Amino acid sequence: MSVVTLRVNGATHEVDIDPSTPLLYILRNDLDFRGPRFGCGLGQCGACTVLVDGAALRSCTIPASQVSGEITTLEGLSQNGTLDPLQQAWIDEQVPQCGYCQNGQIMTAKALLDQNPSPTGAEIRLGMEGALCRCMSYYRIQAAIKRVVEGRVTASDTVATDPGEEV
Amino acid sequence: MSSSLQLPKNVEDALLQSDPSTSRRNFLKSSGALILTVGANTIFGSKVRAQSMDSGPFTDPDFLELDTWIVIHPDNTASFFVGKTDGGQGTGTAFRQMMCDELDIAYDKTDLVMGSTDTTPDQGGSGGSDGVERDGWPMRRVAAEARRVLLRLASEHLSIPVTDLTANNAVISSKSDALKSVTYAELIGGRTFDVSLKGENVNATTGEANVKSVSELNVIGQSIQRYDIPAKVDGSLTWAVDVKLPGMVHARNIRPTLAGATLGSIDESSVSDTPGFIRIVSRGNYVAVVCEREEQAIIAARLLKVDWQAPSESAFPASENLFDYMRNAAIAANSVSDVTGEPDSALGAAEQVIEAEYQVPFQGHTAIGPAHALADPSDGQMTIYSNDMKSYGLRRGVAKFLSIPEEQVRVVYMDGPQVYGRTAADDAGFEAAFLANELGRPVRIQWMRDEETAWDTKGPAYTFKLRGGLDAQGKVVALDYAARSADFNHLGYNQADTVLIAQLMGIRPAKPAEGRAVTPSIKYSIPNQRMTADVVSLPLIWETPLRTGNLRDPNGPQVTFAFESFIDELASAANADPVQFRLDLLSASDEDDLLRKARSIATLNAAAERFGWDTRPSPKPSTSELDSPVVTGRGLGYTYRNGTVVALIAEVEVNRTTGHVWVKRMVCGHDCGLVINPAGLSHTVECGILHGVSRALWEEVQFDTEKVKSVDWVSYPSLRHSDTPESIEIVQVNGDPNPNRDDLPHYGAGEASHKPVIAAVANAIFDATGIRLRQPPFRKERVLEALQTKT
Repeated sequence: MSVVTLRVNGATHEVDIDPSTPLLYILRNDLDFRGPRFGCGLGQCGACTVLVDGAALRSCTIPASQVSGEITTLEGLSQNGTLDPLQQAWIDEQVPQCGYCQNGQIMTAKALLDQNPSPTGAEIRLGMEGALCRCMSYYRIQAAIKRVVEGRVTASDTVATDPGEEV
Repeated sequence: MSSSLQLPKNVEDALLQSDPSTSRRNFLKSSGALILTVGANTIFGSKVRAQSMDSGPFTDPDFLELDTWIVIHPDNTASFFVGKTDGGQGTGTAFRQMMCDELDIAYDKTDLVMGSTDTTPDQGGSGGSDGVERDGWPMRRVAAEARRVLLRLASEHLSIPVTDLTANNAVISSKSDALKSVTYAELIGGRTFDVSLKGENVNATTGEANVKSVSELNVIGQSIQRYDIPAKVDGSLTWAVDVKLPGMVHARNIRPTLAGATLGSIDESSVSDTPGFIRIVSRGNYVAVVCEREEQAIIAARLLKVDWQAPSESAFPASENLFDYMRNAAIAANSVSDVTGEPDSALGAAEQVIEAEYQVPFQGHTAIGPAHALADPSDGQMTIYSNDMKSYGLRRGVAKFLSIPEEQVRVVYMDGPQVYGRTAADDAGFEAAFLANELGRPVRIQWMRDEETAWDTKGPAYTFKLRGGLDAQGKVVALDYAARSADFNHLGYNQADTVLIAQLMGIRPAKPAEGRAVTPSIKYSIPNQRMTADVVSLPLIWETPLRTGNLRDPNGPQVTFAFESFIDELASAANADPVQFRLDLLSASDEDDLLRKARSIATLNAAAERFGWDTRPSPKPSTSELDSPVVTGRGLGYTYRNGTVVALIAEVEVNRTTGHVWVKRMVCGHDCGLVINPAGLSHTVECGILHGVSRALWEEVQFDTEKVKSVDWVSYPSLRHSDTPESIEIVQVNGDPNPNRDDLPHYGAGEASHKPVIAAVANAIFDATGIRLRQPPFRKERVLEALQTKT
């Protein structure tokens, strides 16, 4: 056991833990974050994705002691109660079915858009390729990302009651 | 409240904000449900959650009491309680809309509580896409009854006859003088209705009131956004995987390394010194390890040395030999044989006889989040936090499994990864309860990826042999359909003697479930038919990773693939256009239950029109694409499921160099009667289609004779972003001959669109290439091989 220091969503946490423990279990079980979720433990599906210094990282496989940067979880995307445009676009497009994978979808999309704010459709497909969804909400996910790219997101202090365009 | 019980965060927050001294709390407690009114701005955008606070016994909410279903609060809002679960198809939102409409209250003034066994009436949970179709009716009727009672109370309060009153948005007023009014809350807020309902069973529950006619409905038909989505995108939702209790420990299973193996010995010393180790629990061939922390349990389960004794016989044929095995196996059960006319002589006299064999492999649920549950044995009760889609069945099953009274068990239903039949037999719920009972502490368990992919319930493999006869005019005069499914010992719903832990412990019912092999739900006019379907068994029927269970529209995708592919083959042989060929077969049909004939024809025409279908036979004449490696084609799959009609057209691109198939565009005509929420419906239909595309292009369980080899997302690939269609268009059709009738029914939509996808894709590949693929998945290697065989 040793003390591992993590910076998550702007706050510093010290956890006395086996330093080889994957980051996911500390985020979920010690620090009570619910965004990242266990999907495969193999880095294959993306359900556990967090951002570390802005880059998407699979928290299920990386030992906590190897993470020294600023961690952002799904909970950390909203600022002062205002949703990130991606999150609002997810509501506008009514993206999730069950929603279990959507942490990975949103966090992967966040890293993608931070690096390339105007991806083409092909770049979106490629950038999102590693984030799996078994309810198959892919079509909506891509539509939501395009909504952000094209600036068509509802003002995030209002929640629309009509999704507008019906697909 | 049990001192050891820590509720989920959202409920806990609600508790802190509630006033424990209110009498409302006490009255609701006495009526079986504790309602907590909290600040107006919770994470759900709703203001009421419910949770029983008692430590048991947990009695059944009485479906014959109006108060079980509906509570009116002092602030003139309402809570609805229904015995359903929502796997992400938006049924919760739809139920709220239906009840709001009948009660005459605005949607945003209501909340809905679902599927927890001690707070909601037992409607069986979810399954069969019958939530809107069947279970919505008692919800509508009880809400209509509440409105009737409120009108009667208002009549007394205002001294105005009921006939002179009108209800609108939870306010009842005089038709002639709007100033004479009273709110629902003023009439009954914070008090009980004390009104009994009638009905032989929950589905028949009714009061005295009639439901509204379609023309009077106005919340139904609106594209209201799903209430559960905001908390799913901002990280605030408490899922079943998130619940934590004081003293909770973590378990992981250790599965037999070979199917059918028996436990020899366990070397506890291999893990006894690992950090956090608490205990190994084993009974029969069931083995689990329990540790203080989750990652410790994962490590201990990996390190634990278990000696498994291999079975004397192979568990099953290897996947590459499966279909030969099935075709030659003895029939195990459940023969279906329906004969119309004289199929043999009609085939003998036919101008052309077409024959084809099809096969579909085992496909898995492979949920994105492996099975999980948390069980709390505090106070001599057993509370299970679970995403079980049939939570009431889990309660009954666990009570039987642990030999404790049902009143001591409750299941708190919470959101989880996709269901589609997987959590109808909730292995993890039973395991958590068993382990919690053994340890006397709350135990959380979650399966690992390899375990979930290899050991979850599978959709059965199928083989088909079809023969069809055409006359000189290209009309179908005879059809011989013979199907076989590897569905023997199909898993029941949360049965204490068939869930995996029970099987591994050696618990057995008197005899295995026979399973099903089915014939198509499609009814074409074919005068001479033989439709047979038989079940065959693999050698290992217990403790097998190839155990079959309900996978979204059980049997439907397989059967519809074979049947609608074969209809396409007949159309091609008749040199007929595939849409017109089906329209002709439907037009002449005598089958018309639920007006299926007119609705099918309308739906086929609507899909063809939206697609821009050019009438011609398949395959497409190869002219313009001669020099291109990529060829395009379109294919149709039509189906009918419990009142819902689907006509799906796929447009595909096939790369003749690589064999890669891309489903580029999907157009779906869909008639499920009265639509509750158009946008929600389209979303569910769309995802059902894409789930089918995944099964068409990617999914196949692979195994050798000893074990399943599909254990992760590399060995069990699934559809990804790159293969998502460029365009999906859902055309909502109302093909009823009297479309504006006041009693237009609502049918289900969770599975129907999933049914014809593999067929539509296969037919489109044929149109593009002239290659008839008779076995999914259509991965590039298989397509390339077929293309090369052709040339």
